[in-house]
Amino acid sequence: MSAPPLLEVRNLHIDMRSGQERLNVVENVSFSIGAGETFGLVGESGCGKSITALSLIGLLNRPLAVGQGEILFKGQNLLKMNGSELRRLRGNRISMIFQEPMTALNPLATVGRQIAEMFVLHQGSTWHEAERKAIAALAQVQVPAPDKRIKNYPHQMSGGMRQRVMIAIALACHPDLLIADEPTTALDVTVQAEILKLMQELCDQRGTSVLMISHDLGVIAKMCQRVGIMYAGHLVEERAVADLFRRPAHPYTHGLLASLPVLGQRKLNERKPLQEIEGIVPSIAAFPTGCRFEPRCTRASPICRDAVPGPSVLGDYSFVRCYHHG
Amino acid sequence: MIPTILAVSLLIFVIFSVIPGSFTSSLIADGKGRNDPKVVEQMNKEFGLDKPVYQRFGSYVVNLVQLDLGQSFRTRQPVTHMLLERAWPTMKLAIAAMTIAILIGVPLGFVAALKPGSLLDAATMIAAVSGLSLPQFWLGLLAMYVFALTLGWLPSFGYGDGGIRNLILPAVTLSVAPLALLARTTRAAVLDVMSADFIRTARSKGMNAYRLVTWHLMRNALVLIITTVGLQFGSLMGQAVVIEKLFSWPGLGSLLVDSVSMRDIPVVQGAILMIVLWFLIINTVVDVLYAVIDPRISHG
Repeated sequence: MSAPPLLEVRNLHIDMRSGQERLNVVENVSFSIGAGETFGLVGESGCGKSITALSLIGLLNRPLAVGQGEILFKGQNLLKMNGSELRRLRGNRISMIFQEPMTALNPLATVGRQIAEMFVLHQGSTWHEAERKAIAALAQVQVPAPDKRIKNYPHQMSGGMRQRVMIAIALACHPDLLIADEPTTALDVTVQAEILKLMQELCDQRGTSVLMISHDLGVIAKMCQRVGIMYAGHLVEERAVADLFRRPAHPYTHGLLASLPVLGQRKLNERKPLQEIEGIVPSIAAFPTGCRFEPRCTRASPICRDAVPGPSVLGDYSFVRCYHHG
Repeated sequence: MIPTILAVSLLIFVIFSVIPGSFTSSLIADGKGRNDPKVVEQMNKEFGLDKPVYQRFGSYVVNLVQLDLGQSFRTRQPVTHMLLERAWPTMKLAIAAMTIAILIGVPLGFVAALKPGSLLDAATMIAAVSGLSLPQFWLGLLAMYVFALTLGWLPSFGYGDGGIRNLILPAVTLSVAPLALLARTTRAAVLDVMSADFIRTARSKGMNAYRLVTWHLMRNALVLIITTVGLQFGSLMGQAVVIEKLFSWPGLGSLLVDSVSMRDIPVVQGAILMIVLWFLIINTVVDVLYAVIDPRISHG
């Protein structure tokens, strides 16, 4: 990655504010995504993946707000933009796919209309032109009989079909960056594979960068070139995908990989129970002051409790935040 | 629909046979006449009140099937004729009140919901709670005192020539409660839709607030608002009783009150039947509207 990155997040802090109180939800997160690259963000539920993604397009809702940091998109700081500048980027240059295809579409509007809106909003099309473009967009996500399907309402479609519609909406204006927040979590396994393949093909063709958020390491391995591991609002490790799976550095990453089931394992070896990471993610109000993984960590020592470990550089765009990594 | 009408009719028959007093006793008491048993017996016979309840109910149902609601004890006029005469003023009142409630209540709720927690929101909701809790007859009296007696802008009571001047005070008084309720429901509906996933999707598309509201929010909130409008429209007929009596409005409500106090059972039956029919019609209209707005209902 020698060219300047498409998206660069620097020291992002996200707070939850209620009255005078400020709880730190995401702290000091930095990563970057190059043109045409797919970057994965992995972590357990509640570790801050989704709100990090939402903050990138300025969609955080109260009580959540960005505290400090920079989000540079093509060199421009998104956090310094006003409402209408941001709206011109949203959907047009940076678009997003959500986890729940069942509720992410308006139940009272046809899917054609919901795709066509993109062309009316960002390309100044008339509704008539936009409808024609919507048929083409639906054809591109391999929905059969798109000219008939655009008249359907979301409830007349399956989950996989709806997620295709979401992809058609997100890619309608050929964005530079697609944020996919657990796009396949709510789908059947077979449909999952189809949707991922479709996303990969379309983004490869167009050179679209992707921020893929998932808790599924299988999805990450298939889709991403580089990956960041989040734990309790900290980005604890960032690696190339191959390195991460071969030589995980952070104890949390170790734990994640060790708790993956391997098919046939129990038949070959003795019947060991599946390994898990002891304990649960602490609640936002009870984040430890030092390393946030320390209470669950097998390698923890007193130093971990005192201060958040700084990044130890492992290579280009590779680091780990741990005193005892390796 | 038919079981509903039969059940309501039966209920009224039972109630009127249990409560003390009858048309004859109320006539005699009104005329300050002496309670002569012979006269009572004679009159009861004339109106068929000497027969047991089940017989009277039976013949009522038989007549009802032929669309004959019988004769008023009091005026000897056919009940259908009396009802038709009174139905239009009540409908006019209810429609006017509901129109005011919708035109003011829905936008008020919308504006309050778009800035939750703001001063405007708080003021709207305080006004709404007050509107719901103030007794209607008191509001009516107040309106009469201020706008009719003190300022002399509008007539204080009566139907006049059926024009709008006489309609304003009773309609506005009647509209206060549904207006307040609609403002609250609209606010709740809009806030509810606002937190939906598809609104987040719409924002991620890069929509401004105006398009967000007109393209995605309004229609979805409308589904919830229409339910309240339908329910309120129905119950307005009940609330109109008080207002009509207060403003001497010649509608079904005041006819009903007069007939109940006179124990004029055929008219009471007929008036309540009209109100039940009104409810049923409104419910049907609301169901049709649902299907128009929400494709999930028309396709399902």
